[in-house]
Amino acid sequence: MMSNSSNQPFELEQNIAQWREFVLRRAAILEEDADELESHLRDQIDALLERGLHVDEAFLVATKRIGNLEAVSKEYAEVHAGRLWRNIVWGGDKQSWNTDFYLALLLACCAAVLFHLPKLFGFTPETHEWVFARNFMLFCLPMLGAYYVVKHQLGQRGWYWLIVASLGIATVINLMPWQDPSATQSLSLLHLPLFLWFLVGILYTGNWWQTDGRRMDFVRYSGEYAIYFVLLALGGAVLTALTIGMFSFIGMNIEWFAQQWLIPSGVMGAVIIVGWLVEAKQGAVENMAPVLARIFTPLFTLLLLTFLVIMLVSGRTFDVERELLIGLDALLIVVLGLVLYAVSSRESGKAPSLFDRLQWLLIVSALLVDLLALAAIASRIADMGFTANRTAALGENLILLVSLSGYAWLYWQFIRGQWSFALLEQWQTRLIPVYAIWAAIVVFIFPLIFGF
Amino acid sequence: MNLSKDLMAASSTPIVLGVIAEGETYGYEIVKRVEELSGGALQWTDGMLYPLLHRLEKQGYLTSRWLVGDSNRKRKYYAITDEGMATLNEQRQQWQVINKALNQIWRDMTRSDDHDVQFV
Repeated sequence: MMSNSSNQPFELEQNIAQWREFVLRRAAILEEDADELESHLRDQIDALLERGLHVDEAFLVATKRIGNLEAVSKEYAEVHAGRLWRNIVWGGDKQSWNTDFYLALLLACCAAVLFHLPKLFGFTPETHEWVFARNFMLFCLPMLGAYYVVKHQLGQRGWYWLIVASLGIATVINLMPWQDPSATQSLSLLHLPLFLWFLVGILYTGNWWQTDGRRMDFVRYSGEYAIYFVLLALGGAVLTALTIGMFSFIGMNIEWFAQQWLIPSGVMGAVIIVGWLVEAKQGAVENMAPVLARIFTPLFTLLLLTFLVIMLVSGRTFDVERELLIGLDALLIVVLGLVLYAVSSRESGKAPSLFDRLQWLLIVSALLVDLLALAAIASRIADMGFTANRTAALGENLILLVSLSGYAWLYWQFIRGQWSFALLEQWQTRLIPVYAIWAAIVVFIFPLIFGF
Repeated sequence: MNLSKDLMAASSTPIVLGVIAEGETYGYEIVKRVEELSGGALQWTDGMLYPLLHRLEKQGYLTSRWLVGDSNRKRKYYAITDEGMATLNEQRQQWQVINKALNQIWRDMTRSDDHDVQFV
C-alpha cells in the first residue's frame, strides 16, 4: 500500500482536496458532512489499495461509489430542510437576479398604481377610509403572489389559484353589508392580512405545502420577510423625512405629496420588493436573524416576568382593562412569532444549550401571562356576555394556551434530553394550519355571527 | 441482481438500524457490513447512506459523536437510542409479517409448479 502511494506521492491528497472542495460547493452539505464523506472516501481508498489497485484507480472507484453528488446533495437538502432553503437561492442561477429584480419592480409599480386607481373614481383614503382599509392588502399581496407564481414556475394552475382567490376574497370582503364603524369589521380587517399571508405562503412554498420541512421554510421566510420589511421601512422613513426637509428649506411644502403619493406607493411597492430581497439576498440576513432572536428572547422574558410580578404584587390580576388586554394579546402574538422564528432557525441536531433554557423560560412566562389574560376575558364574558371582540380574544388566547403549553412541554423534555428537537419542530409545523383557519374564521365567519 | 428502488428505500431503515444495533459504528463500516450480510447483493450508493443516517438521528433513533479511531482518522460514530430500538422492533414485526406471507406464496407457487409437472 505504501509503495503504491509513494509512486505518486502528492496526487492523492491533491485530488481529495479538490473533491472535497467540489462537495462543499453544494449549499446543503456543510463542513462537518464533508468531513464525514471524506473519511468514508479515505477508508474506501485504503481498502481498494489493499486489494492492489493503483492510487488513481482507487480514487476513481471510491469517488464513483460515493455516487452522483447532485443526487446526494438533494438527499441532504431533504433531511435538513433549513439548508434546502439556502439551496433555493444559492443553488439557483445567480445570473437571473437581474431579471427577477425587474419583475419585482414591475409588480411593485402595478401594486402602487392599483392603490391610486380608485382615486380616479372619486375614492380617496381620506374620504373612504374603510374602503381602503378593506382593500389595501388586496392591492399588494396578490402582486407578491404573482411574483412567486412566475419565479417558482407554478404555471397555469398557480395563476388560476391566485386570480380566483384574490377576486373571491375581494368580492366577499367588499360585498359584506358592513355597518361602519363596527368592532366586527375592525377585527375582520385586522385578521385579513394574516389570512392573506398564509395564501402567499402557499404560493411561496408551491405544492410542497404538505410537508413539515416546507412549512418550516414558510416560517423562516416569514421571519426574514418581517426583518427586511422593517429595514426597508426605516430607510423609506429617513428618505421621506429628508425629502420633506430639503424642500421645506427652499420654501416648498410637499407634505401632502409625501402623504398621499410617496408613502402609499412606497409601502405598496415595498411589499413586493421585500419578497424579492428575501429570496435573492438570503445569506445576508441569515446570519443576523438568529442573533436577533437571541438578543430579544431574554429581553421579552424580562418584560413578561416583570409584568407578571407587578400584576401579582399590586393584586390587580382580575380587573384587567380592555386596552391592556388588547396590548397583552399583541405582546403574546409577538412572543409566539419570536418562538416560531427561533425554533425554525435552530440547527436541530445540536444539543440543548443555555439559549434553549432561556427560550423555555420565555414560553413559560408567556403561558402565565396568557392564563392571566384568559381569566380576565372569562370574567368579562361572565359579567357582560359575548361580543365579537371578547370572543376573538377568547379564541386567540385559547389557541395561544394550547400552542404555548405544547412548546413548554416539548422544550422541557428536550432540555432534559428525553426527546429530540424534531418533535418540537413537528409541533410547530402542524399548528400552522390552526392559525390560518382561525384567521379565516375571524375574517369571514365572525361578521356573519355578530351581524357585521 | 438489481434490487428495485422502492424495495431499497423501504428496507434501508431497518437494515441500518439493525447494523448499528450490533454496536456503535461509522458509515464506511455500515456499508461494508451490509454488503457482507447480503453476500454483495445489496450495493448502496455510499453517499446516500449519510443523509439517511442524519435523518434517523434527527428522528431521535440515533446519536452520533466524532471519534479518532485507528489509523488516526476522524470518524463520526453512530449509536442506537431506545427510541431507535423500539422502531427497529416495530419494523421487525412488520417485516416478519411480509416475510411470512411471501414465504407462503413462494411455497404455494413451488407446489403448484410441481403439480403441473406431474400433470403433464
